[in-house]
Amino acid sequence: MMCTTCGCGDGEVTIEGRDHSHNLQHHEHHHSNGLDSMADPVHRQVTGISRARMVKVEQDILTLNNAYAGDNRRYFAQHGDFAVNLVSSPGSGKTTLLTETILALPRLINTAVIEGDQQTSRDAERIRDTGVPTLQINTGKGCHLDAHMISHAIEHLGLTDDTLCFIENVGNLVCPAAFDLGEAHKVAILSVTEGEDKPLKYPDMFHAADVMLLNKIDLLPYVDFDVDRCVEYARRVNPDIQVFEVSATRGEGLGDWLAWLQRGLQKTIAGKPSTAAGLTWNDNELETDMVAGAAEVNARGGERP
Amino acid sequence: MHEMSLCESVLQILERQARIQNFTRVTKVQLEIGVFACVEPEAMRFGFAAVTPGTVAEGARLDIIRVSGEAWCLTCNRLVPVRERIDVCPACGHELLSPTGGDELHIKNLEVA
Repeated sequence: MMCTTCGCGDGEVTIEGRDHSHNLQHHEHHHSNGLDSMADPVHRQVTGISRARMVKVEQDILTLNNAYAGDNRRYFAQHGDFAVNLVSSPGSGKTTLLTETILALPRLINTAVIEGDQQTSRDAERIRDTGVPTLQINTGKGCHLDAHMISHAIEHLGLTDDTLCFIENVGNLVCPAAFDLGEAHKVAILSVTEGEDKPLKYPDMFHAADVMLLNKIDLLPYVDFDVDRCVEYARRVNPDIQVFEVSATRGEGLGDWLAWLQRGLQKTIAGKPSTAAGLTWNDNELETDMVAGAAEVNARGGERP
Repeated sequence: MHEMSLCESVLQILERQARIQNFTRVTKVQLEIGVFACVEPEAMRFGFAAVTPGTVAEGARLDIIRVSGEAWCLTCNRLVPVRERIDVCPACGHELLSPTGGDELHIKNLEVA
């Protein structure tokens, strides 16, 4: 059945192998901003034939996606969830990198994975073996994840607070570049068995990413891949891109990547409104101060310290 | 390939606008697409023709305005025109350009009945 609020549910997208249902009242929970203002509950009577006229629209085509992305981003911020969107070509070693990263992270860190593939739940099963909550989205013929799928995933997954949330996008260096999911960062993974000129061939993706992860560096002796040139190409399309060189299977270079993830998570947790209010309360140990603390957070507009 | 979903988004916006702005048929859709918008105009036309039959925009003409790219040259300290993200500065040949325009993906105007 097609959902009349957002038009979802009429495609081939499945979550955990099933059509996603709407009995969870997902439209009532965290997507509110933007979408409500666009809703048009009053279906006006359309009056007969009129002459051709021009109508101004001036709307971004991605308005709806971006509204969902905005809602997701607010949700992540409020719950202290640090979301990273992993993008790459098929075969870059994304899933292995993900499982090795999860296994190498300290046990204390909450981790969750939203796994996007066109078909099968093989990758989700591999990730589930690491013991972290994992949700599979099959996009059918769809070549990318969109922000609406992610808002469903957040809900189906029951995403916990203070969690490092990995979103593994469909293997594709083109389309996912255009879709904001509400993540904190896009991370582009490129393996040294691919061409070093991929940042130039797929500039939109390397421009959209904040991080480039060069994977399979243990294979450098056997392939013709110039790391410095690759980094130079990436900086040509994105001067600010941060680069990590790793080997997921050998564990080489993983330390810096793990540290980056943990710093990101810590910052996100520290920035969430309830943490800020909680600290004020701990300092003063008085209920009245808790109220004052909440008021202070409100006064700051919930902004991050 | 994602042009198909973009066309579905265009259609959603048209249907919403039909209710808000009170029209029953769209005869022309004017889109503004920047050169850095990750969109292939031909794929957009193909997708639009595929998603519109039986809708408010059936048979509508798609008018695509290409918006050229613009970037800030970090060496010249001024805006320069660029065709691709990886272009060098046409004035000084420097490679470090920061794109400032060309990622537009807008519906501008509609011709409706």
